[in-house]
Amino acid sequence: MTATPLLQAEHLVKEFPVSGTGGLLSRGDTFRAVDDVSLTVAAGETLALVGESGSGKSTTARLVARLIDPTLGTVRFDGQDVTGLTGRDLHAFRSEVQVVFQDPFSSLNPRHTVERIVTAPLTYQGRKPPGGSRAFTQSLMERVGLDPQQWQRHPAQFSGGQAQRIGIARALAVGPRLVVCDEAVSALDVSVQAQIINLLRQLQAEEGFSYLFIAHDLAVVRQIATRVAVMSGGRIVEEGPRDRVFGDARHEYTRTLLAAVPRIRPEWEARRRARAAERAAAAPDPVPADATESVRRGA
Amino acid sequence: MTSTNRHPTQAGFLEVRDLTVSFPTATGRVDVVSHLDLDLEPGGALGIVGESGSGKSLTSLAIMGLLPDKATRSGTVRLDGEDLTAMPESRLRRVRGDRVAMIFQDPLSSLNPYYTVGAQIEEAYRSHRRGVTRRQAHRVAVEAMERVHIKDAAHRIDHYPHQFSGGMRQRVMIAMALTTEPELLIADEPTTALDVTVQAQILALLQEIRRDTGTALVLITHDLAVVSEITDHIVVMRAGECVERGPVESIFSDPKHPYTQALLDAVPRIDDEIGALRSLTTTGGRP
Repeated sequence: MTATPLLQAEHLVKEFPVSGTGGLLSRGDTFRAVDDVSLTVAAGETLALVGESGSGKSTTARLVARLIDPTLGTVRFDGQDVTGLTGRDLHAFRSEVQVVFQDPFSSLNPRHTVERIVTAPLTYQGRKPPGGSRAFTQSLMERVGLDPQQWQRHPAQFSGGQAQRIGIARALAVGPRLVVCDEAVSALDVSVQAQIINLLRQLQAEEGFSYLFIAHDLAVVRQIATRVAVMSGGRIVEEGPRDRVFGDARHEYTRTLLAAVPRIRPEWEARRRARAAERAAAAPDPVPADATESVRRGA
Repeated sequence: MTSTNRHPTQAGFLEVRDLTVSFPTATGRVDVVSHLDLDLEPGGALGIVGESGSGKSLTSLAIMGLLPDKATRSGTVRLDGEDLTAMPESRLRRVRGDRVAMIFQDPLSSLNPYYTVGAQIEEAYRSHRRGVTRRQAHRVAVEAMERVHIKDAAHRIDHYPHQFSGGMRQRVMIAMALTTEPELLIADEPTTALDVTVQAQILALLQEIRRDTGTALVLITHDLAVVSEITDHIVVMRAGECVERGPVESIFSDPKHPYTQALLDAVPRIDDEIGALRSLTTTGGRP
């Protein structure tokens, strides 16, 4: 690949101080949560960062999104070193990179209306919502499958899936080129999760932005990733195209991880699908074939 | 779907009939579990699956008589023919822990941080076995910890909960549940908070316990792949009702109810990319 990757992280290290066993004046120990991590995300692709708890995947995401500062290493965005950005430059970076978090309710201010929440990133940057705040909010809500008439509601008036759609709308408000999803679908019920995954895929197809998708659920990653990086103990132990990593894992840890995923027996699944296909052939689905309809109005 | 909700009556080990749990709300009582029947043979494994709000966890609490005070329960819960709902609290307390044990999603909140895990296992055992000496209880606790494969149990027994990882804490909870050799283990999302490799170990442990002791299992989870691996009968719940039940193979290979079909369609699969994951909003009913 000769083109400059959209995001390029090189040799990232993040150490956290540990209040250890030493006394008051002892030299503090540090814990290395991220240990020499390098990764790239190309324009329009989805890099999934997978790993178990404590693997450093979320810390890596936070470093890349410049929510925390690395101890060592650099983050380049579009070829530019953004590691030390402050003030106005950091604001500009924030309109390129946005984050969607795991728990929509704790990441949305409960006292604010949808309008205030989704326009906040613009307000923070001193920008005016194009076309006026209300129309802008409504068009964003439309894009993520929410009822635009509900622009004045508060987060508590929405379900978990809808609240996550608000979080996605907020991320889209600034027109980012990279969206970091930190366990963005992990807290959702399986049916709602499917809708949000569909929405994320559809938005990417429409807008062409990239995802850095942090997840512990390998089955979810299988649905959305272009490439996969597997983290363990603060390091990336394996990285490659999705189907290669899932189909021909080279690192022992990746194989352990894949083997541990509970599975519905393939022969049961095959029989179920065959029957579903028979049913569909016998009686055409009364449900609109356009899958986007349910996504648009879902959750 | 009354037809799928009714099961031919059989003399079972656990027999729940017409279980209804309701809570008062501003607009009257709301049934969160309604007219539920469950059957479990001795040594069998029943999976109760459903999404959040389906009533699956309240079902387990209702079986054990552990519902919050404001909830009302009707119907019968028979264990070996004895109706638990008609039992005085003192006897019910003996059944709980003695014949039926429960493990929950979050072992940390079920363990007291101020006591060693050994003290807690021993106390749980002694509260159900009167006249047991401390020394006997200690030996039972060490054995239970060894049975759940906690290495160096004789030493680890003096450690506090925070000195154990999440998976090890869940092993401690299972050890505690096993001391009284229960005939029924009710596990409510026992692996949901655990990493996938640890989950695999805990599920293998539950399988092993079933095989070695013949303990019956009720597994409550949202995870369809998990129930498909370790239970033999499935009850699918939605909005407090059973929408479908049957042997695990027929539920997974030939689901009859549109909700079960849609639920299985929505499960992300590790071995396949699903073109467009189907959403369940089109199947009607409550959100």
